[in-house]
Amino acid sequence: MLADAANLHTFVDAMRFIGDHPGFLAQKALEQLELSGAALGIALVVALPLGVVLGHFHRGSNLAISASIFGRALPSLVLIAAFLTVLGIGFVNNMVALAVLGTGPILTNSYDSVDRVDKDIVESARGMGMTGRQILGHIELPLAIPLLFTGIRISAVTIVATAPIAAIAGGGGLGDIIVNPASYRLSGVLGASVCVMALSALVFVALAGIQISVTPRGLRGTTVIGDQTRKEHA
Amino acid sequence: MKGHWGDTLQPALVQHVELTAIAVVIGFAIAFPLALLAHRYRPLEHPIGIFSALLYTIPSLALFQLLIPFTGLTRTTVEVALVSYTLVILFPNITAGLHSTPDEVLEAAQGMGLTRLQVLLRVELPLAVPAIVGGLRVAVVSTVAIATIAAFLLPDGLGYPIVLALKEPTPFKTEIYSAGVLAIAFAIACDLLLVTLRRFLVPWASKGVA
Repeated sequence: MLADAANLHTFVDAMRFIGDHPGFLAQKALEQLELSGAALGIALVVALPLGVVLGHFHRGSNLAISASIFGRALPSLVLIAAFLTVLGIGFVNNMVALAVLGTGPILTNSYDSVDRVDKDIVESARGMGMTGRQILGHIELPLAIPLLFTGIRISAVTIVATAPIAAIAGGGGLGDIIVNPASYRLSGVLGASVCVMALSALVFVALAGIQISVTPRGLRGTTVIGDQTRKEHA
Repeated sequence: MKGHWGDTLQPALVQHVELTAIAVVIGFAIAFPLALLAHRYRPLEHPIGIFSALLYTIPSLALFQLLIPFTGLTRTTVEVALVSYTLVILFPNITAGLHSTPDEVLEAAQGMGLTRLQVLLRVELPLAVPAIVGGLRVAVVSTVAIATIAAFLLPDGLGYPIVLALKEPTPFKTEIYSAGVLAIAFAIACDLLLVTLRRFLVPWASKGVA
């Protein structure tokens, strides 16, 4: 019973911390979103065209599979620490580390989504005289959107959720509070943790909303909300 | 590095193996019966699926911290979080595997007079093994990675030498690289072990896949 009362008390304190410092927390949350957005941008620019083009030509499935396996095997802490030794402390190091983390799901899913488009549909498009570029733009990409966007969403959530860890390497954001219990005490740490959770959930919901709205109407039922990047049946 | 194997890296590796093994074993023990339940009562599957997708968005660092008021700065806190993440991975994979039996096969099994339990044990479960092992691979590799974050709470696992090294004014590169390489090597070793296990359990399903 005593323990229960203590728990409740801690969470009340955490909520009070949030209530007392809304501006500070919002500023930290923005910092975190800025870092995450930059990392996601880099991951998109690198992985999306590569995955789509490889999928279109059905080449490099090994690369797509390795990206998904290595992506999971690389602990974020190791990645952040390793880049810190090369790029020094601060924004750039964390941005690059988070971008590397985000690359895996985007590469794997953009490859898979285009590679797995029904061969018969592509054949008939070719039979109708469409060029390769037209097939990619008008047939493969629209059909690929549900799975492709799932990859982007997983990547974005992974990056936002990992960003607090970057605080240990000068990444800023809400993680600054979490890794510093000496200054903010347990109430601050818990309050920031609640904010981190809310931020990730918000990104998840926002992207799921975008995903549903960009999915062509005929494919609405197939939008993949579950998080299996690649069903490892093989 | 040679000087630190015995006092730092080896104990950290052993702790890391323990953290991972406990989490995956308990996670599997919970996910498997849940998946059987969801397989039997299909309407349960979708809500559990969405719940787990949302649970997986909770950042590990935040989840560890939020459990402190309940279980304190202990290994229990770390394991509760790690088990939750393995559940989220294992449950959908096991259910997908159980659902994947082709209808003709099910009808043939029923036609041969197999009871529901026999269908499950002799047809559906063997056919689900590749999916289950696939889920285990993802779960183990992710757990190895997430367990490094436990070092933010406890002096436990391969993350700890890294966190310590980062707190130095000039970060110690040796600790970061050696503990990092160990964590990655451990994850890859587990993955290879599970691939071998699958070859052994379902030799028919292993043609030409890594």
